Amino acid sequence: MADILDMRDITKRFGPVTALRDVTLTVRAGEIHALVGENGAGKSTLMKVLSGVYPAGSYEGSITYDGQVRHFRSINDTEALGIIIIHQELALIPLLSIAENIFLANPPGRFGVINRDAVHARTVALLAKVGLRESPGTPVTDIGVGKQQLVEIAKALSKQVRLLILDEPTASLNERDSAALLDLLVEFRAGGISSILISHKLNEVTRVADRITVLRDGRTVETVDCRIQAVEEDLIIRRMVDRDLDSRFPDHAPQIGEEVFRVEDWSVDHPHHPGRQVVRGVGFHVRRGEIVGIAGLMGAGRTEFAMSVFGRSYGRDIRGRAFMDGKPVDLSTVPQAIAAGLAYVTEDRKHLGLILGEDIRKNVTLANLGGVSRSTVIDDMRELAVADDYRGRMRIRCSSVYQESGNLSGGNQQKVVLSKWLFSGPEVLILDEPTRGIDVGAKYEIYQIINTLADRGKGVIVISSEMPELLGLCDRICVMNEGAFVGEFSRAEASQEKIMRSIMRKGEQP
Amino acid sequence: MSEISVTPIARPGQSGFIKANLRQYGMLLSLFAIMLFFEVATNGTLLRPLNLTNLVLQNSYIAVMALGMLLVIVTGHIDLSVGSVAGFIGALAAVMMVQYQVPFVLAAVACLLAGGLIGAAQGYWVAYFKIPSFIVTLAGMLVFRGLMLAVLSGQSVGPFPVSFQRLSSGFLPDLSEVGGFRWSSMLLGVLLALALVAVNHRNRARREKHGVETEPFGFFAAKNALMLAAVCGLTYKLISYRGLPNVLVIMAVLIALYAFVTTRTTVGRQIYAVGGNEKAAKLSGIGTERLTFLTFVNMGVLAALAGLIFAARLNTATPKAGVGFELDTIAACFIGGASAYGGVGQVTGAIIGAFIMGVMNNGMSILGIGIDYQQVIKGLVLLGAVCADVYNQKR
Repeated sequence: MADILDMRDITKRFGPVTALRDVTLTVRAGEIHALVGENGAGKSTLMKVLSGVYPAGSYEGSITYDGQVRHFRSINDTEALGIIIIHQELALIPLLSIAENIFLANPPGRFGVINRDAVHARTVALLAKVGLRESPGTPVTDIGVGKQQLVEIAKALSKQVRLLILDEPTASLNERDSAALLDLLVEFRAGGISSILISHKLNEVTRVADRITVLRDGRTVETVDCRIQAVEEDLIIRRMVDRDLDSRFPDHAPQIGEEVFRVEDWSVDHPHHPGRQVVRGVGFHVRRGEIVGIAGLMGAGRTEFAMSVFGRSYGRDIRGRAFMDGKPVDLSTVPQAIAAGLAYVTEDRKHLGLILGEDIRKNVTLANLGGVSRSTVIDDMRELAVADDYRGRMRIRCSSVYQESGNLSGGNQQKVVLSKWLFSGPEVLILDEPTRGIDVGAKYEIYQIINTLADRGKGVIVISSEMPELLGLCDRICVMNEGAFVGEFSRAEASQEKIMRSIMRKGEQP
Repeated sequence: MSEISVTPIARPGQSGFIKANLRQYGMLLSLFAIMLFFEVATNGTLLRPLNLTNLVLQNSYIAVMALGMLLVIVTGHIDLSVGSVAGFIGALAAVMMVQYQVPFVLAAVACLLAGGLIGAAQGYWVAYFKIPSFIVTLAGMLVFRGLMLAVLSGQSVGPFPVSFQRLSSGFLPDLSEVGGFRWSSMLLGVLLALALVAVNHRNRARREKHGVETEPFGFFAAKNALMLAAVCGLTYKLISYRGLPNVLVIMAVLIALYAFVTTRTTVGRQIYAVGGNEKAAKLSGIGTERLTFLTFVNMGVLAALAGLIFAARLNTATPKAGVGFELDTIAACFIGGASAYGGVGQVTGAIIGAFIMGVMNNGMSILGIGIDYQQVIKGLVLLGAVCADVYNQKR
């Protein structure tokens, strides 16, 4: 069978960070090719290179499509050749109809006047192909996510798709819609349309894929042909996570004490969809001096859980009980949560953590202005001393604490956010992706800070999508999936394979 | 990690200090330059005692409202209703005092309260229902303009009792007028100037004691000498007409109060945080909704005060009162360096902005420039000031 796509030795750098290194991917005409790997393994980056989001010249390596070497400059170039990508976040306009969405970019018509009859007729035909029974005039917002996914595929078909790329298409679908979608891919294969399927759900992957390419840390690990040999999920998992835990983590001997914080039967509904549970009646606890990790894929409900605990900053209809040192506490508002001794260091420091236009000093004292003021008047010299003290201890690299926090590097920004929460005097810290987008040196320093906090008797909760980080740092790791805890491992028994397996296994159950 | 070391280390350099305050000095310099220009162009009419007094009286209500508007803009909102609210409150005051003979103090308190309630009514929708302030206050602009016309039945109501007129047209009584010179008023002005110098000196000493690098001494001395001269000079000019206007005293007290609240208190800091990044502020335990609500209440009270001052100045409540005030007020804040995106802006800047507008109005009128081209020039100055700001930010 001929190759429709051959990506050779693709290397993509972002400044000093190498996201892809000599990645090779070949897709044959009329096959379903699965692309698997951990968060951050480089799957999405590779697809952006392929679809022209990163134009030719911004990466190294060659792309051969349909027998010719191509230099795509934009998405328009690739779409013209039938390469269509459907992102996890659907690109539909909610208030427009199905038909308007499908023919958004180039509706049939003349001189800019849309031929509505043609739009209608072609939409009906496309919807029949993807098996969606809805009127073309229905606004997209009125149909479920599963059907919206089908609209996206219909849109792809309208552009004469030859290579369809689906990024986590079933992540937000239920079992039945997922099955229908996968069947559709199989149908397309018979019609000669190739697909690249990015998925974390290995049962789906092994069900429909002809070949599977595993990416890890921006490199191709292996391409497995499912038609030659039966592929075991365990093998793929091992390929996905296999790597050494070197000395990227400071040594730490934990001194674990009494339980400091506990929640029971904690449930949270989606803020916009009442009744859709994002966190499902979970229990959780942390002891003094303990570093507890929460592992899971994106969208597993980890951040949602943490933010709902921290003053109901996420979700609605939050139910459950919380205890601090064994005593029930009310965490209904952020000030109450802070008063109870909680601190939440957000994963999104630019939007939720820092006031980028203000200097380091003002950011550090923001959550505890009372600590630098007397009867609401700020003592600016004391404030300066506090900020400067944290600058020294956290090794925030800056010209002075008057420097705008927006001008700092990611690692130093993270240290400012950490300083803010340390100054609020918490007993329990929830650190959400504390090292995201931070270079290796700064990571090490942040790990040291986390260890120091635990040694001071704080309870530390680390949410991270980087499994080595959790394994290297945490005394206990809880695995979350689809809003529930599905596994728990002590430091001694935890391994990447076990964690990955407990995530993937959960995905197989209906 | 709670003990604080006593001897902090690295400090901003001098260039950093001057750079950080450049915007403000730049504003002040522009005001001086504009004043100088018109002083020369009008052959000294601008700074004549009579004209100077008028300048203060004419701009007092805009300056008062600019204090409230600045806070609203800093939280990332806008208030288009202040002109209508000021007009409505003026009408309310006229009806109470002229038609129902309500005593001046009682009526004034009732009017300020009404202003607060109006601010609360609008702030409620903005803060708790997240309705864009542009829309809420646009509605308020129409509603209170209409209510004002209804209250006045479309006619002017006046004149006010003399005690109320004094709010705008009164001057501080002088205790020791000798040979036509108001010694005690002059003394008040000099004392105020000296007090400002003393405060500056104390702050500087504190910074030095803590090892914080401050502006160079020469710069500091020159700045304070200039300020001393300016305040004393203005006082001298004003008292040689009829004394210090009551409105000026009210304004000075309010400016001092708002400057202190915005720069030195936790509430002030939190207001800037809300405007700088509302989500981050909320996650840091700041009651963002309540603060937004309160800035609108505050705006309502100040708009009411401005309405009273304006009515007292005209000595009548007219259906035209307050038309366009909101635009002058907003322009003052933006000329004064406030950011339309929120989180940035200073009280002193807004006041300077108000007086830049005021001096230009006054100077151009003296020069006989028609109202048509006055508006063109004011518009261009507003655009130019903001462009210069944006350009400086980008550098």
